[in-house]
Amino acid sequence: MIKIKCGTSIMLMLVIILGGSMGWTASLPVVGGVLPDLSPNFSLPKPNDGVVIIEIFSMYCPYCQKEAPNVNKLYDKIQASPNLKSKIRLVGIGVGNSAYEVDVFRKKYSVRFPLYSDGDFKIHQKLGEPRTPYFIGVKINLDGSHRIFYSKLGEFGDVDAFLAEMVRLSGIK
Amino acid sequence: MKIKKTSFDAIMLSFGGVLLALFLAQPVFALSDAYKDNIYNPGMLKPIDSKVKVKVGQKAPDFTLPDIAGGKIALSQYRGKKNVVLSFVPAAWTPVCSDQWPGYNIVRDMFDAHDSVLLGVTVDNIPTLFSWTNQMGKLWFPVLSDFYPHGKVAQQYGILRTDGVAERAIFIIDKKGIIRYIDVHDINQRPSLEVLITELGKLK
Repeated sequence: MIKIKCGTSIMLMLVIILGGSMGWTASLPVVGGVLPDLSPNFSLPKPNDGVVIIEIFSMYCPYCQKEAPNVNKLYDKIQASPNLKSKIRLVGIGVGNSAYEVDVFRKKYSVRFPLYSDGDFKIHQKLGEPRTPYFIGVKINLDGSHRIFYSKLGEFGDVDAFLAEMVRLSGIK
Repeated sequence: MKIKKTSFDAIMLSFGGVLLALFLAQPVFALSDAYKDNIYNPGMLKPIDSKVKVKVGQKAPDFTLPDIAGGKIALSQYRGKKNVVLSFVPAAWTPVCSDQWPGYNIVRDMFDAHDSVLLGVTVDNIPTLFSWTNQMGKLWFPVLSDFYPHGKVAQQYGILRTDGVAERAIFIIDKKGIIRYIDVHDINQRPSLEVLITELGKLK
């Protein structure tokens, strides 16, 4: 009789203990997958058959600070191409940064692309707490759906090579 | 009846076994990245674990500590010259989500605008502080070691935690050496830059 109840109670205990300790944390963005709902502080652009490159950064992150000029170069390259300019959007989300802190980063590095504030780390948590800088490439479709085609931690290196990769992986022309 | 119950129970036990296996395998699925290997995560800590000994309006206890540039810095050397922001952080090589100094490193102009210097302090020894702060790029402010006697200055200010690290605390001291602002912050959170700059703006 004891044996019969044992298994079920063990299972229930494990669910409670392990579930609690794992905390059911989100995982990082997966290539081929979709982003979780990041509103109200950020939402993807309306359906447009284009690409959004999202930089997850922090004003307090020395790697993001070092990479800022390179990301600006990426933005400039996109803007310099009449074709890519209309198809690729670059945005940044400052995780754990207040609007004030995002503004400091924007002014310090003369960032000309939109930066968003994730002051309470909610977006950071929903994205699986990526370290920074973290780049996500999202292809937006005309029907409003979207697909992640790039999701990586760290600097992206050569701007031309990265841009070419964005075009290739997203399938935009 | 007995057979049905046993099967159900066996299934539940197996499910529990699978759950346990998944839990133990968890680190395999956790993100691995270039920077994480060097960072020890102590988890969520008790927000504050000390009793502050100083008050706003009081003279700031003077001290002399070694800095990572190889010299010594005395608080009193700024008397009559600069306001001082003392930024204590708990320890080198701990989770970056609450890391402050790399952020302060890019707003030197704001400190200058308020005639202020920034002194970064932890209870770590000099070599540790040196390696750790090297990762932040070139810092414009001195970094001081309150290592030996261990946490003596943190203790003077009443911000030495029971496990031997300092609180995440900010003290603003004016040119007369008077404490004008104290923030013994939740160790797990990063103090707001805006609040700090606003408080600096209140100094005359």
